[in-house]
Amino acid sequence: MTDLIRLSDVEKSYVRGKEKIVIFDKLTMRIEAGDFVAIMGPSGSGKTTLLNLLGGTDRPDKGAIEFDDKHIEKLSEGQLTAWRSVNVGFIFQFYNLMPILTAAQNVELPLLLTKLSPKKRRENVATALQIVGLEDRAKHRPREMSGGQQQRVAIARAIVSDPKLLLCDEPTGDLDRTTADEILSTLQTLNRELGKTIIMVTHDAEAAKFAKRVLHLDKGRFDERELAA
Amino acid sequence: MNDFALVSKNLWRKPVRTILLIISITIAFLILSLMLSFNSSLSNVNTLPTRMVTLSKINFTESLPIAHYDRIARTEGVRAATHMNWFGGYYQDPARGFLPVFAVDPETYFQVYAEDLGIPAAERDAFFRERTAMLVAAPVAERWGWRVGQRIPINSNIFTNGTTGSSTWEFTLVGTIPTPPGSSQSGSVLIHYDYFNETITFGRDRIGWVPFLTTSAEMNDSVANAIDQRFANSQDETSTQDEATFNESFAAQLGNIGLVITLVVSAAFIAILLIVGTTMALAVRERTREVGVMKTLGFSSGRVLRMVLAESLLLSFLGAAVGLGLAALILTVLASSGGGGGPAISFAPIVIAWAALIALALGLVTGLPPALQAYRMRIVDAFARR
Ligand SMILES: Nc1ncnc2c1ncn2[C@@H]1O[C@H](COP(=O)(O)OP(=O)(O)O)[C@@H](O)[C@H]1O
Ligand SMILES: [Mg+2]
Repeated sequence: MTDLIRLSDVEKSYVRGKEKIVIFDKLTMRIEAGDFVAIMGPSGSGKTTLLNLLGGTDRPDKGAIEFDDKHIEKLSEGQLTAWRSVNVGFIFQFYNLMPILTAAQNVELPLLLTKLSPKKRRENVATALQIVGLEDRAKHRPREMSGGQQQRVAIARAIVSDPKLLLCDEPTGDLDRTTADEILSTLQTLNRELGKTIIMVTHDAEAAKFAKRVLHLDKGRFDERELAA
Repeated sequence: MNDFALVSKNLWRKPVRTILLIISITIAFLILSLMLSFNSSLSNVNTLPTRMVTLSKINFTESLPIAHYDRIARTEGVRAATHMNWFGGYYQDPARGFLPVFAVDPETYFQVYAEDLGIPAAERDAFFRERTAMLVAAPVAERWGWRVGQRIPINSNIFTNGTTGSSTWEFTLVGTIPTPPGSSQSGSVLIHYDYFNETITFGRDRIGWVPFLTTSAEMNDSVANAIDQRFANSQDETSTQDEATFNESFAAQLGNIGLVITLVVSAAFIAILLIVGTTMALAVRERTREVGVMKTLGFSSGRVLRMVLAESLLLSFLGAAVGLGLAALILTVLASSGGGGGPAISFAPIVIAWAALIALALGLVTGLPPALQAYRMRIVDAFARR
């Protein structure tokens, strides 16, 4: 299989007050196209920071991040923003939908960044909602939907522009077991049938079972054996 | 859906808040448009370059002896001269508004203001002939419901009628003067100086001011000098100005009121600026997370900035439009009910230009700080749990 993502000697730290907190020191890893990786680890180990680096919402201090053989750490702010809209879908723990928009409008949001015709946009929105099984909720607003339904809308929004990579930060952290399992099955389907590469951060060992492999992160370091496997 | 739809959905997210904001902006723009309309109606009177006015050097409420009039009329370069007195009139109830009643010398008045007095010869002659005749601007007659031929009692709040001992004079309405926009006769009520002069109990044989025409505008300065020189060091010194300058100085007297109004309007706008500014800042801060989501999805910082600015501009232009609409409505209603006296106040088109400019400034000033904040906001900070 070919690598979708390669991290080489990535360094990242934050300055808080006078203190410098090192999150990653020379992190090197690769993720193959079509993989479904679960990342587990204690709070504060750097999971969210890693997703931010992979998705281009934050930048490494040093080192290289290649996506499809393209160095994204070298992109300008504007280029990175445009790259993100094409290549990455984001799914958050608290859904992060726009409360003023209906489900369909929330899903349509990323398509405002494309040159698609309104008709094509409507078709794509309908398809995405169908994939997550919410075609009958298109006109509902987030507060009229359950948590599981809101997360489905968020997944539809993440896949509507057909990105290769989905980044999920605790996607089921706020859901009950049954609903969580439904969401995880949906992600599994996206991975198996649409070939989406998925990187999912989770606390939940049950959730991690839906992934093809699990990586444990602690204090900015992965378990070397897992990484090599 | 498009960016504009998103902007307007954001604006109406809290409808009560938005409506309150629009109401306060509306009030400021209503005051502004009324004031500007008032101002431009006053300064929009047509002038003749050859028409001049001689009045007391002290100020325009001070009278001059009638003898001045003959001397001015005979000055070289003066083609025609007339004289006018302020009567201080009202009809029935002073609370319903003053009437600009002028006691004039009919025939010379028609020479000096010929261009605005194109009335039927029969009416003109009737005015010249009858001592108690009265001629009024058409909107004035309309407002008070006066008919030609009717006898109309007019009161003065300055003079007493020596024949009756009251403050009332009776006049016969003999005709009306059409007053297109800019007419010098807007609001005018004209009566005979002779009738006035013979019946008043004090201030006889004195005149208010002397409008006259020069033979050509090039003569204006020398004529003005000759007249003012003639009366220099006399009991009644004069000041002679061309009509445009006179109107300006008259407007400047009202200018003190204008200044007060300007201050009120400015205060209103500063208050609005603070209210809208802080509310917009708050509204965008509440949406920090959403701004983070937009940026994560791939909306550029510039696009987010434009959307916040568009929202404050939309708010400001909505308020301005409603304010202007209300002002136009109020002025139309006032105009159809006639108004008090003086030049009719109509909605001035210049108001639209000013309001657009001010709405633009208001929108930018209130929108820019939150827009810049959204522009600079980093995604990781937007999601940071605090
Ligand atoms: N924007 C930031 N500024 C300062 N410190 C941060 C910032 N983001 C994260 N950190 C710190 O970096 C460490 C890793 O954070 P994070 O990646 O969110 O961990 P996780 O998602 O695994 O809980 C934590 O100690 C956190 O406090
Ligand atoms: Mg985290």
